[in-house]
Amino acid sequence: MFASLSDFARRDPLGFIGLMLVTMILFAGLFGNWLAPYAPSKIDVPSRLLAPSWEHLMGTDKLGRDVFSRILAGSALALQIGVVTVGLSVVIGTVLGLIAGYGPRWLDSILLLIFDTTYSFPTVILGLALVTLFGPSTTTLMGLVMLFLIPAYARLVRSSTLAAKGADYVLALRSMGASSGRILGIHILPNVIGPVIIVACMDVPAIIALEAGLTYLGLGVPPPAPSWGRILEEGTGSIREAPWIVVAGGLPIILATLGFTFLGESLRDRLDPKRKGRA
Amino acid sequence: MIGYVVQRILLSLLISAVAMVALFAMVRMIPGDPVTLMLGARATPEAIARLNAQMGLDQPVITQIGLWFSRIFSGDLGVDIWSQRPVVDVVLEALPPTLALTLAGIGWAAALGIPLGCYSALRPGTFTDQALSVVSVGAISIPPFVLAIYCLLFFSVRLGWFPVLGAGEDGDLADQIWHLVLPAFAVGLGWVGYLARLVRGSMIEAMGENHVRTARAMGLPPHRIVVTYALRLAIVPTVTMLGISIGGLLSSAVLVENVFSRPGLGTLIADAAQGRNYPVVQGGVLAAVLLFAIAMPISDLVIAWLDPRVRKSL
Repeated sequence: MFASLSDFARRDPLGFIGLMLVTMILFAGLFGNWLAPYAPSKIDVPSRLLAPSWEHLMGTDKLGRDVFSRILAGSALALQIGVVTVGLSVVIGTVLGLIAGYGPRWLDSILLLIFDTTYSFPTVILGLALVTLFGPSTTTLMGLVMLFLIPAYARLVRSSTLAAKGADYVLALRSMGASSGRILGIHILPNVIGPVIIVACMDVPAIIALEAGLTYLGLGVPPPAPSWGRILEEGTGSIREAPWIVVAGGLPIILATLGFTFLGESLRDRLDPKRKGRA
Repeated sequence: MIGYVVQRILLSLLISAVAMVALFAMVRMIPGDPVTLMLGARATPEAIARLNAQMGLDQPVITQIGLWFSRIFSGDLGVDIWSQRPVVDVVLEALPPTLALTLAGIGWAAALGIPLGCYSALRPGTFTDQALSVVSVGAISIPPFVLAIYCLLFFSVRLGWFPVLGAGEDGDLADQIWHLVLPAFAVGLGWVGYLARLVRGSMIEAMGENHVRTARAMGLPPHRIVVTYALRLAIVPTVTMLGISIGGLLSSAVLVENVFSRPGLGTLIADAAQGRNYPVVQGGVLAAVLLFAIAMPISDLVIAWLDPRVRKSL
């Protein structure tokens, strides 16, 4: 572990950059509505399509809305979709993975088949089908994301549970008559949760990008919510007159991805003993 | 070996069958009456009855599922609600541009990413290696559709080097390739980084294998060792990954197609989904699932062909 922040920055610059970016995004998500210089949905037609200036840091869009304020407001939405759904998926996926890994063989085979099939399915296309069915909404989107993530986490937990099942300490616990629930919850869980947390951290930006992508297609979060995907979609419409809108709309997605990826890799190098000393 | 192949093909068939039932259920699960939804509230009773009969919605569920399967196998996926053309024709028309985009994207990514991975693996820990690994993460971090929008802005709108929309004139191959450059770049860039990292990791491992060390000890030239012996082994995880990732590839192709307004499966399904054109959504999703179901066993076969140990253990 690192003694101080500056020490951290020197020894693991990429991890440090990741931490800074993630902190920045969390900050924007939590306090964005206070920091925003304008109301994100306030229409001001006379000042439409203004280029970036001190008054409007990222310019204004076709309806005269301040792009910077909309980006800040969008970060709350992105975090809600990214962090909340990934968190819920970790919980459900872990439980299913423990059951598959520790339970009887036939149950394992069935769960594994379901995990593999759903995991490798074309997500956006499945999303399109689901959205056609239920109509675009934040709930549909979160459900879709979980459908995609749960099997991935369950698979990961399953394989480490399988390994732990045969370990000496588990055999000892069983011979002492510990219940399956106790073995799984108190003894196996802490041993298998680490890798899932790391993968989940790296999945957050993928989900943020997926939300933006589906919203871009008009199938994600319905208007007027200021999603980053919607800013991009509206910006593409005025890409000739106001290129700053798409530039501003894409940046937070790239920064979020870089941040969570660098942080996730740094965590992995720190927590995974097998990778210690390797670049 | 044959048993394994049969098993994988059966799995693919099972996935396809499940998807077909799910697609059937999709239309059944639409909240409210699908026919009224499709035709709007002011439809005449005759039109409603006609569409009901056309979609077989007046029959019992089991009959409907049977009917649905027999229709799929006879190549009848229903009729596009708007254009009244058979869905099969509409989907088959959309397939080639999407396949071209996906293959071009993954093709240039493999052509660049695999050599980069080998290059890094042969000098692990050096400055070049570390720089390449940071660049790889950067490339992976830009979502393809955001990259597509940026490319559209800089290369098409600002500089005017590439066309802004469409897939090019029919029959004019040069024009079509011209239209394909930016979308393929956007689909593939992340994969360059991804493949480079994957190949680097497995290449370092492969270089430590006994047969590779023997080849080195016998004084074979380095490029021969890498290409003939090590890469053959190191490429296995990449092929596995590609087989699994066909879904992700199609997903990014869908988004990139929309950015460049290219015709294709993605634009087709997205437009149909927005307009609640259910038969087209069904047909398009079915085509995507089938592509995916075909790609999976093929990647398994390639792996078995590449790695004799896998072949023997089957």
